[in-house]
Amino acid sequence: MFSKIMVPVDLAHQGKLTRSLDCAAELARHFDIPVIYAGVTGTAPGVSGHTPEEFTRHLAEFAASQGVRAKISAGHHAIISHDPRAELDARLLQAAEEIGADLIVMEAHVPNVLDHFLPSDGGTIAKLAKATVMVVRD
Amino acid sequence: MSDDPTDQGIPDPEGQTEIIETEFEIGQDNVEGSLGPFGFDVHNPVFMISGLTIVAFVFYTLVFQEQATAAFGTLRPWLTGTFDWFFLGSANFFVIFCLFLIVSPWGGVRLGGKEAVPDYSYTGWFAMLFAAGMGIGLMFFGVLEPVYHMAISQPLGVPSPFAEDGSIIPENVEAAKRMGLAATIYHWGLHPWAIYAVVALALALFTFNKGLPLTIRSAFYPIFGERVWGWTGHIIDTLAVFATLFGLATSLGFGAQQANAGLEHVFGLPNSTNVQVFLITAITAVALISVLRGLDGGVKVLSEINMVLAAMLLLFVLLVGPTMVIFADFFAGLGTYASNIVALSNPIGREDIGFMDGWTAFYWAWWVSWSPFVGMFIARVSRGRTVREFVTCVLIIPSLVCVLWMAVFGGAAIDQVLTDPAGSAVKAQVIDSYNPPISLFAMLEGLPLAAITSTLGIVLVIVFFVTSSDSGSLVIDTITAGGKIDAPVGQRVFWCTFEGAVAIVLLLGGGLSALQAMVISTGLPFTVVLLLMCVAIVKGLMAERDAASSESSEG
Repeated sequence: MFSKIMVPVDLAHQGKLTRSLDCAAELARHFDIPVIYAGVTGTAPGVSGHTPEEFTRHLAEFAASQGVRAKISAGHHAIISHDPRAELDARLLQAAEEIGADLIVMEAHVPNVLDHFLPSDGGTIAKLAKATVMVVRD
Repeated sequence: MSDDPTDQGIPDPEGQTEIIETEFEIGQDNVEGSLGPFGFDVHNPVFMISGLTIVAFVFYTLVFQEQATAAFGTLRPWLTGTFDWFFLGSANFFVIFCLFLIVSPWGGVRLGGKEAVPDYSYTGWFAMLFAAGMGIGLMFFGVLEPVYHMAISQPLGVPSPFAEDGSIIPENVEAAKRMGLAATIYHWGLHPWAIYAVVALALALFTFNKGLPLTIRSAFYPIFGERVWGWTGHIIDTLAVFATLFGLATSLGFGAQQANAGLEHVFGLPNSTNVQVFLITAITAVALISVLRGLDGGVKVLSEINMVLAAMLLLFVLLVGPTMVIFADFFAGLGTYASNIVALSNPIGREDIGFMDGWTAFYWAWWVSWSPFVGMFIARVSRGRTVREFVTCVLIIPSLVCVLWMAVFGGAAIDQVLTDPAGSAVKAQVIDSYNPPISLFAMLEGLPLAAITSTLGIVLVIVFFVTSSDSGSLVIDTITAGGKIDAPVGQRVFWCTFEGAVAIVLLLGGGLSALQAMVISTGLPFTVVLLLMCVAIVKGLMAERDAASSESSEG
């Protein structure tokens, strides 16, 4: 039914990711397809790496450990952005196409009043992505 | 897994750099959480202290207005008068330091590592350099300064071409004209860009090559060591936020008055605080859209639009104005600048104190107080350039563009003043009375299609304010988030709005000039900061070269 799953991850907030990771792993096993963990980083040093290179390494380690833990085939895709916060959605959509993912599984935040004014990342991706999108509530 | 075929979009390994090993973890002092629906991720205590100090200063200025105006109003001229030698000497040093970096073997060090690829093309990069750094000043001073220096301020004692009764003294004309342009070129050429280049290079080096957070304190790591993560660093960062926010807010307030004066002059719109508050609100609103769209989608796009508009205006004045005279002025001004740069930049034994203290030292303090903002913004967009390329492009090319701009606008204005003194609007607005905001429009009036070009002028003034405001908000947001460039969007919205609010409060309550004088006064401590940055740059580049040479000997 699906051939590849993309899971956007924020390495700086791994603690908040549990349900989407488990869900993606379950689906990957069910359809026997690989999961690609996509992470977005800025060019300036950040929490998850001092250089884009270091960030990519951390993301690769993260993907590898997920693969081992969930017994799935896991890959990674690092996205280097000039302004990660503002470009997040656009770059993730682009990454899904590049990867060839036809299913995106991502974590959602608890909806609040602000969502009436500013679109959430999950909402924007679900609206614009060509792939099927599963937004996992905590 | 790391050689997974889906790894496209990742740049090649960035090559050998000398990452500084420090105990400090980026974001370790940050406080994360949410306030109602708004998430935040701010540096503790820089965010709170800078925010509260800014509010306190606004409050002080409003409540004790006379006292504040008197205090800051005398502090600024006293500083630029007493420390003129320090400002002039330091600025000269920065120019020599930058020129040295171009020819030094360190010029080959690449920001972001040996194999880093430039983040931006030359056009995007230049557009952002100008839009953040001095676009607005070019609009404001392009006509004013050359004419004023030629006729009134008499740099190096070169006499005015106007006699007391307003008649022209023919034998003074040529020398005064050249000196007017040369003095302007001096203020807008190598020196200010060297000041920006020092700050930008220090930050880019310590961020992209050494892996320290993108914030002002990182440049001081070689000097203060681990102490930069403590109060030493908090103070440096807070001072930078303070100078940037007040610098932006006060010029936004004044800018609204200038744009209003232009609108009144061209369209007869009333000159009132209502119009000015509306202008600030509109500028802030556009800046907000720009910061929400981000660096590439907002700031860069606006900067490029601005550059195209400015180039159109420049070409128009050049072609429709006295083209050959302007070209002759360009080379004469440049020649006079080259032959007088030593005399102009020498602080000792000068007789033209009014010019030296009132203009030169004032400008140097001003550029220095803006340098944390402009320098940090330049640093952020300069990853992937070599030091040589960086200094050449931040120092030499913008200087030439400024020279051309001043020669075109100043040359056309001077030509109008001298060919028809009685009928020249520029003479009326700059020499006979002093109306700086009108000077540009007065010059455009002397050329055909004035209604169109003046409108373009007003649009440019406004868009240049937007590009300063949006890039400034990004810079303040990054500093107050402890160097994180991915703090929640709400924070950049906050700083952008806060800046507009401070501008409106100061505009309505009075105090714009007092606080602007205070901001320029921060130029003095920052000059010391910049001198220390030069030491840090040398130390950083030395380590970088060592890292590169040890790598090549290993390979």
